[in-house]
Amino acid sequence: MPWPVDDDAEAAFAAALLTTDPEQADRAPGGLFTADGGDATRRFRVHRNNVVVSLVEVLMVAFPAILRLLGEAYFRALVGEFVRAHPPRSPVLLDYGDGFPDFLDAFPPLDHYPWLGDVARLERAWSQAYHAADSTALPPDALGRVAPDALMTLRFDPHPATRLVRSRYRVVSIFRANRSPEPLSEPVRADGGEDALVTRPGLTVAVRLLPTGGAAFFAALLAGASLGEAAQAGHGDAGRTGAGDFDLTATIAVMLEAGAFQGLADELQENTKRTGPAPSK
Amino acid sequence: MPDKVHRTEVSHPFSCAPMPRRAGAGLKAAHVADILSQMPDIGFFEVHAENYMGAGGPPHAQLHAIRERYALSLHGVGLSIGGEAPLDRAHLARLKALDERYRPALFSEHLAWSSHEGTYFNDLLPVAYDQPTLDRVVAHIDEVQEVLGRQMFLENPSTYVSLARSTMDELDFLTEVSARSGCGLLLDINNVYISAINHGWSARDYLDRFPLERAGEIHLAGHVCDDDGKGNGTGQTLLIDAHDRAVADVVWVLYAQVIERAGPLPTLIEWDNEVPEWPVLLAEAEKADAILARHAEVCRAVAG
Repeated sequence: MPWPVDDDAEAAFAAALLTTDPEQADRAPGGLFTADGGDATRRFRVHRNNVVVSLVEVLMVAFPAILRLLGEAYFRALVGEFVRAHPPRSPVLLDYGDGFPDFLDAFPPLDHYPWLGDVARLERAWSQAYHAADSTALPPDALGRVAPDALMTLRFDPHPATRLVRSRYRVVSIFRANRSPEPLSEPVRADGGEDALVTRPGLTVAVRLLPTGGAAFFAALLAGASLGEAAQAGHGDAGRTGAGDFDLTATIAVMLEAGAFQGLADELQENTKRTGPAPSK
Repeated sequence: MPDKVHRTEVSHPFSCAPMPRRAGAGLKAAHVADILSQMPDIGFFEVHAENYMGAGGPPHAQLHAIRERYALSLHGVGLSIGGEAPLDRAHLARLKALDERYRPALFSEHLAWSSHEGTYFNDLLPVAYDQPTLDRVVAHIDEVQEVLGRQMFLENPSTYVSLARSTMDELDFLTEVSARSGCGLLLDINNVYISAINHGWSARDYLDRFPLERAGEIHLAGHVCDDDGKGNGTGQTLLIDAHDRAVADVVWVLYAQVIERAGPLPTLIEWDNEVPEWPVLLAEAEKADAILARHAEVCRAVAG
């Protein structure tokens, strides 16, 4: 049942928390007072500060490579702008910052660093994998039990943590260099293009640099394609880019070692047909 | 109101046990490895519910391991119970799922609002102490208790500004909410002290009048003292609820007085920012435990 609201005090308070208007930012909303005669504007500023600083710090934890690349002062100022423009829509802040990579892409002062958005996408994928549902990965010997002529018709059920990030820039190298506690030994070249496979079969998130055609292969598998179709996609992509050959055997080894899938999709369907839906845990 | 009974399968890994009347600590990810290897003698751990609303991964693995060994208290920070809008049903469902997953000994939330028209501010914002707000807060708490199937505990806020619409005193408001909804109260003594200084009332008087029979837990934390003026000493003192340092001496004194009157109550040390090494936080909890134990000794001496 909606409760009657006798005025819009909460709306005024809420608007004043995130305003960027310098005049408004320096005034407390109406309806506030301090019993001891203190300055309500100064007191209200505690809340303005709490909101922005606490959310900036949430993103400092979520985007450590971007933090290191930009430096703390620049990061705080930039993310302060992001927070005011795109405040969270949920009290669950584990997902906050989904829009941050796009914000970086569209932030004119950073035009000379076009790879930042993709590095942020990889950091977001890392967080999503970290918090994804737990599941066991397809065992590495799973394909050994499949008849050779059936192999190429297999489809796979993605592990809930698996993410793919494709980039025209060397995101994996930049990500690794800037999330390592070690100081940078040499500058990382941004151009060249790298694709990342992010997985978490146990409790540790792994970021793998994919070989030529690997991203097209995994994109196809994650979209439900058969192994044969995904192999074609991998070969096609390698041919188009001319960056080398697509090595199916090596890429399948990466797939199994990374724990990118939790089962065989067809097997899953057949089991479901035979025994009915699996009981939920 | 329903009893504190969980209707889950018999094979649930955790049993429902009451909160120990001991000191506990806010759980920080950085401390989990130390805690699991040292197995400190501590009453309980408390977590912010919203930090465990992901589906899986290390946070849940850590919390599961802690819950296997210690009592747990679940503390919500995002329900916006004091807000004008209806409660977020999806968020309430997430709380229920966590409650069923870990069977915490206690669930608490704040007398504050934190969301408006779908925007979440990640801060505990002040409510007006008037009749419409009181009716709304009671309705919201009724809903929480009905969905969770358990009594909840409502925490008194730390505030910096007052709302001109308020027609009653904070403590009368809280007492009335508790009486009408049947919720328990979480007494944050640091918040009482902060608000008392910021608004010029007496923390001692507030605590003397506090309905301690309704209190199920106490919170203690550190605050920062900010000059309300421009740092030149001319302004009013402003205390900010920073949770970034040890509990202030004056708060310890107020705490000992409360325990003397109320008897031992589960007591949490909150330290959420500038988080120290685990032994420092544990030492704060031991300090609270010593006050609880001293009270128990006095009681035994009087009885014996």
